[in-house]
Amino acid sequence: MDQITYILPELFLSFAIIVFLMIGVFVKKSFKLVYLLVIFSLVFSTALLLNQSDQAIKIFNGSYIIDEFSIFMKTLALLFCLFVLLSSKDYIKICKIDKIEYPIIILASTLGVVLMISSYDLIVFYLGLEMQSLSLYILASFRKNNINSTEAGLKYFVLSALASGILLYGCSLIYGFTSSTNFDVIAKNLNSSNIGAIFGIVFIIVGLAFKVSAVPFHMWTPDVYEGSPTSVTTFFALIPKIAALSVFIRFMYVPFVNVIDQWQSIIIFLSIASMIFGAVAAIGQSNIKRLMAYSAIGHMGYALAGIATGSNTGLQATMIYLTIYLTMTLGAFTCILTMKRENNYFENINDLSGLSKNHPLIAFCFLIILFSLAGIPPLAGFFAKFYIFMSVIESKMYFLAIIGLLTTVISAFYYLRIIKIIYFDKPKKSFDQIYDWGLKSSLILSTVLILIYFIQPSVLTNVVSSININ
Amino acid sequence: MNFPILSAIIFTPLVGALFIFIINGNQKNIEKNSKYVAIFTSLVNFLLSTFLWYSFDNTLSDFQFIEKKVWIEGLVNFQLGIDGISILFILLTTFITPICILSGINSIQFKIKEFLIAILVMETLMLGVFCSLDLVIFYLFFEGGLIPMFLLIGIWGGPQRVYSAFKFFLFTLLGSVLMLIAIISIYWITGTTDVIALLDIRISQDYQYLLWLAFFSSFAVKLPMWPFHTWLPDAHVEAPTAGSVILAAILLKMAGYGFIRFSIGLFPLASDYFTPFIFTLSVIAIIYTSLIALMQEDMKKLIAYSSVAHMGFVTIGIFSITKQGLEGSIIQMISHGLISAALFLSVGVLYDRFHSRLISSYGGVVNIMPKYALVFMIFTLAALGLPGTSGFVGEFLTLVGAFQKSILVAVLASFGVILAAAYMLWLYGRVIFGKISNPAIKEFKDLNKMEIYIFASLAFFIIFFGFYPDPLFKTIGVSINNLIENYQNNLNFYITKVNN
Repeated sequence: MDQITYILPELFLSFAIIVFLMIGVFVKKSFKLVYLLVIFSLVFSTALLLNQSDQAIKIFNGSYIIDEFSIFMKTLALLFCLFVLLSSKDYIKICKIDKIEYPIIILASTLGVVLMISSYDLIVFYLGLEMQSLSLYILASFRKNNINSTEAGLKYFVLSALASGILLYGCSLIYGFTSSTNFDVIAKNLNSSNIGAIFGIVFIIVGLAFKVSAVPFHMWTPDVYEGSPTSVTTFFALIPKIAALSVFIRFMYVPFVNVIDQWQSIIIFLSIASMIFGAVAAIGQSNIKRLMAYSAIGHMGYALAGIATGSNTGLQATMIYLTIYLTMTLGAFTCILTMKRENNYFENINDLSGLSKNHPLIAFCFLIILFSLAGIPPLAGFFAKFYIFMSVIESKMYFLAIIGLLTTVISAFYYLRIIKIIYFDKPKKSFDQIYDWGLKSSLILSTVLILIYFIQPSVLTNVVSSININ
Repeated sequence: MNFPILSAIIFTPLVGALFIFIINGNQKNIEKNSKYVAIFTSLVNFLLSTFLWYSFDNTLSDFQFIEKKVWIEGLVNFQLGIDGISILFILLTTFITPICILSGINSIQFKIKEFLIAILVMETLMLGVFCSLDLVIFYLFFEGGLIPMFLLIGIWGGPQRVYSAFKFFLFTLLGSVLMLIAIISIYWITGTTDVIALLDIRISQDYQYLLWLAFFSSFAVKLPMWPFHTWLPDAHVEAPTAGSVILAAILLKMAGYGFIRFSIGLFPLASDYFTPFIFTLSVIAIIYTSLIALMQEDMKKLIAYSSVAHMGFVTIGIFSITKQGLEGSIIQMISHGLISAALFLSVGVLYDRFHSRLISSYGGVVNIMPKYALVFMIFTLAALGLPGTSGFVGEFLTLVGAFQKSILVAVLASFGVILAAAYMLWLYGRVIFGKISNPAIKEFKDLNKMEIYIFASLAFFIIFFGFYPDPLFKTIGVSINNLIENYQNNLNFYITKVNN
């Protein structure tokens, strides 16, 4: 029974979902109330989470793990979910998707993410994954009168179900050849001569690559990013990425740690392909959400490069990269959420022209965020890449490093193109003023964090450097 | 001395920029106040740096005013320090920046506030480059300069500004990312990125050549050397006058400084190995770009190509690795900083009045603007290296240095001096003398007071250092000796190691 105290945040979230759903059903016009309650429950569960001890502990027969790594990732997930909700309140209202289900499904998806991060067993992992994915299918098609949104939901559902199937097949192979679903036991029974299990690893990597949208399993990303309501896209760009990457890390560093030479080259390929594709394909995009999708593909390539090293430096670099990437993406999407004129949202990057004249502050924030996404020092995005390449070069993978840095230059081009439209082009009609303090504060907070990161980069490194996964 | 004067010098402009950022009120007040703040901070910074020069001990060969703070734990220390070489570049930067601000206030029509912020942030980053004694910090400042420069060209530039800004940004970024790989590799090879420590660690010769090439790719684009120079004419032509001045006077010098401090200091074996390569590129740059300059119809483009040629002398001087060559190249960089700034400002004066940079639009300007004709004369003569101007000292010494290494290189490079005379005098003759070809010229006003002050201060230093360059030699002498001594020791170490 005392093991239950370790999963207090998860328990609290599950109860919250059920209770809020009841409130939503029985109280009339309760959207605002539920929205607020969800935000508070996220704050409260973050507090519960941070209250947990750093000691690594495995509970429920070793199928669920609470360690520093999982606490760090879960905190990221809950905090960024909070900011996603804070910044998208206006959007939800104007696009008429202010149903009580919306925040509750977001909360359910976040619960799935939390379960995934802490899972230490194939079954628990799959449970969390499905909980997360099912919620995402609904969210993607939440604007049910909009054809793009419906298409996005369906597309994501079909492809994701396929990926889940492949993943599940991999899991069953692993179980068949190592006779356990527990990560520790798998690690013990796995070696390079176990061909069947190696097949399983490949299938699992394919499934996970789909979730992080790494090339060549990225097909769904641009369409889903473009079609979903922007508030959902923001969620898509942040929270599932945390889950997918941390599960990726967990798989590679715990159960598969002994067969690193088997999976390393696969991850290197995924990484290089994603970096190149993300950089090249984004150049021709005119829809900013689509462009951010390709940018996300490229960024996941860098994160995978950190995992590909299989070293502790690589692990820490990936965590730093993820944290900074989330901050930048949150900032970028809050900027996209401000592109509103007379209750219409705009998504074409040409609509941004003249932002520097009409909204100098937003334009400045966007400028900083874009330069940071491009990885130009002294902004935070540079440090993210810097740590990744530190770890990559430590492992003597010079080829990966050179490709990575060259794609940085290519991808700089399309970020610069947006800056060009904002700052150099002739002004068009102005966007509306924003009064939503949630949106404003998310934007300004992420910009300030990116801007001042270079003053004390040790803050993040110190947190991460104590984290060890084995 | 406990006062962190280097940090103060680096971050004063940034504080000024922050002040300008928070200035509020109606448009007129914003402009007025931000102008005052910008001029004030840049002048204070200039005074601070002259004080630095005053308290600098030029008999010591070690780095001085060292500041060291933990920055990323266990990885990078925020380390600053200067020697005789860097202090001259700091002075150049703090001297040129107020001039840029003054000329910008004169000629920039819109978004003055943002313009001043960009210039001040730029100053911080440039000063950081010359002060940093850690490779990562150096890279941070070196690359960070791309952001304000991109905006300077893109927002306040000419009609083709977008193309030029992109070209500038992507070219330099491409060069620099390879340097980043090299910096990280150095960290894993030696365990540190601390420059002082690295100068004593002899990096294994297996790595030297590749690392040298990676640093070269960055500096060669930035300097720029032939054939990586194609971004420079475009950037210069489209940038606003103040942007061109910063670009020509200081930004290019960061690469020259990088060659001296890092390429020679850290990789002596590779530097020795690649000297013929550098000489070849430099000689081609001098002759080829001089010939191109001769044929230009656009004044700014002409000066941009002449910059590439002058930088060719700098690289020849640096890689001759003789006392004269190195001293000459540093003085050439300082004097080119002053002269090219002056030339771009001179072109800016005409551009502000007639909005054309084409040589053919002008003619007979001397009849209407005699004062302008005089200062332009001084700068033209300085640019072609007339004895008595600082341009002569630098070029002469680099050629002396080159002579000791290779007579052929020196002879070929000397042709550049003749060609420089040809294109500069021809430019001067076409613009200033002759008939008044254009009725609009009759309406021109001669230099106003502000312009006279700016030009007088530049002309004063150009002529002063032409006749009496001793203060410069005194400042850099010991550091250069130390540099060459280290270089020879390290080189001998590698050579004996190979022979054994």
